[in-house]
Amino acid sequence: MDPVAAKYLGAGLACLGMGLAAMGVGNIFGNFVAGALRNPSAAAGQFTNAIVGAALAEGLGIFALVVALVLLFVV
Amino acid sequence: MATNTTQGTQVPSKGGFPAFRVETYGSQLLWLAIAFGLLYFVMARFIAPRIGGILEDRATRISGDLAAAQAMKAEADAATLSYEKALAEARASSQAIAAETRAKITAEADAERKALEAKLAADLAAAEAQIGSARAAAMGNVRSIAVETAEAIVERLAGTGADAARLEAAVDAVLKR
Amino acid sequence: MADPIKQFELVPIVPITIGTGDFSFTNSALHMFIIVGLTAAFLLLTTSGRRLVPTRMQSLAELTYEFVAGTVRQTAGTDGMKFFPLVFSLFMFVLLANLVGMFPGAFTVTSHIIVTAALAMLVISTVIIYGIWKHGTHWFALFAPSGLPKVILPLIVVIEVISFISRPISLSLRLFGNMTAGHIALKVFAGFVTAMAGAGALGFIGAALPIFMITALTALEFLVAVLQAYVFTILTCIYLNDALHPGHH
Repeated sequence: MDPVAAKYLGAGLACLGMGLAAMGVGNIFGNFVAGALRNPSAAAGQFTNAIVGAALAEGLGIFALVVALVLLFVV
Repeated sequence: MATNTTQGTQVPSKGGFPAFRVETYGSQLLWLAIAFGLLYFVMARFIAPRIGGILEDRATRISGDLAAAQAMKAEADAATLSYEKALAEARASSQAIAAETRAKITAEADAERKALEAKLAADLAAAEAQIGSARAAAMGNVRSIAVETAEAIVERLAGTGADAARLEAAVDAVLKR
Repeated sequence: MADPIKQFELVPIVPITIGTGDFSFTNSALHMFIIVGLTAAFLLLTTSGRRLVPTRMQSLAELTYEFVAGTVRQTAGTDGMKFFPLVFSLFMFVLLANLVGMFPGAFTVTSHIIVTAALAMLVISTVIIYGIWKHGTHWFALFAPSGLPKVILPLIVVIEVISFISRPISLSLRLFGNMTAGHIALKVFAGFVTAMAGAGALGFIGAALPIFMITALTALEFLVAVLQAYVFTILTCIYLNDALHPGHH
């Protein structure tokens, strides 16, 4: 295979990880909202935890983005 | 898109993604250290103490005002308490005075009543004695009238004067019944 | 179409070379000083009155202060307040860097991995140095949670060490990735607008679609700019908590 083509294919595949991270973040906030609707008084205290969890899940998606960027521009 | 991006990577003079270009790191680190150090210095030296001081002043002011309000409320409570105490004392003393007066008046009335009763009893006794003597006198009068009447009746019936001694004895016998 | 990467290009303003190294005063350095200046101006000028009853701008500065102070107290405890100037500096620097970067033509300082990595390393080295200085060898109990069977302890220690090392990496990459990806997305959609508008009347009308997309993305990017500053701050507080109270996390 042409190395340049393989590079772009790899970058595109790496970006799949970002979509999966999006699922993770959506899962966290979806569950947060579902819990907040059940017990709105407890929602304010858990918002920080939701943000931190979303940040950690999103960070792994950003790793995938960095892999894509490295493939595109560095390798 | 793809072709444009590849063009983009080729066109810049140094090439590659700007964030991954190691030769720029020295300059960025130096100026970041200077800028962030400056920010930290200003923050630690001026900003944080100032805003923290403002917030602390406000907190002490509010708590001081609350404490003053509390003290004033306690003072007002104490004043109310002493007022109520004075009121209760006054009520108690007025009640004591009233009771004393009542007792005095009652004693006086009693004494007067007793004196009056004694006088009335004495008057009653005197009147009874008078009545007794009057009755005795009246009884005496009844005997003499009865004797005279009997004498007159005897004289009328018999036509002659009766023996006075026998008449008197007969009247006495009747009166004794 | 314009190159979406060009916005991250460093342009030397005052070329400075020390030895063999290039220490030029670039547009990035200029924006760093703009950020520091804006932060200091906002926080110092609005509070210069030191009013008991704050003006609108002073209450804005107080609100920012209280927000960060509340985050520090909540996650790192009251003794975490000794790190407050550091955390507040980091929060204001990242927030202003992200927001200044949203202006058209402005440079986003936090879109360079070396900047975010330096900030993350600052946090982590503060955690390590303060933790060891304060707790000595007890600080390393952070990597060996108490009450574990001896058999799985080596495994847990390895996992904990890896998770600790990954902290500065994820902290720096998250901010860098969010800023870079957001700005590239904006530029790509802006490129669609010019490409479509140049392709005849139908394309000119169709260019409205990417414009709507840019509008929505710009709003999202403002949200991301503020959110990432908050995330950076709260993770800093959580990591500082490990330096202050190792063993119970």
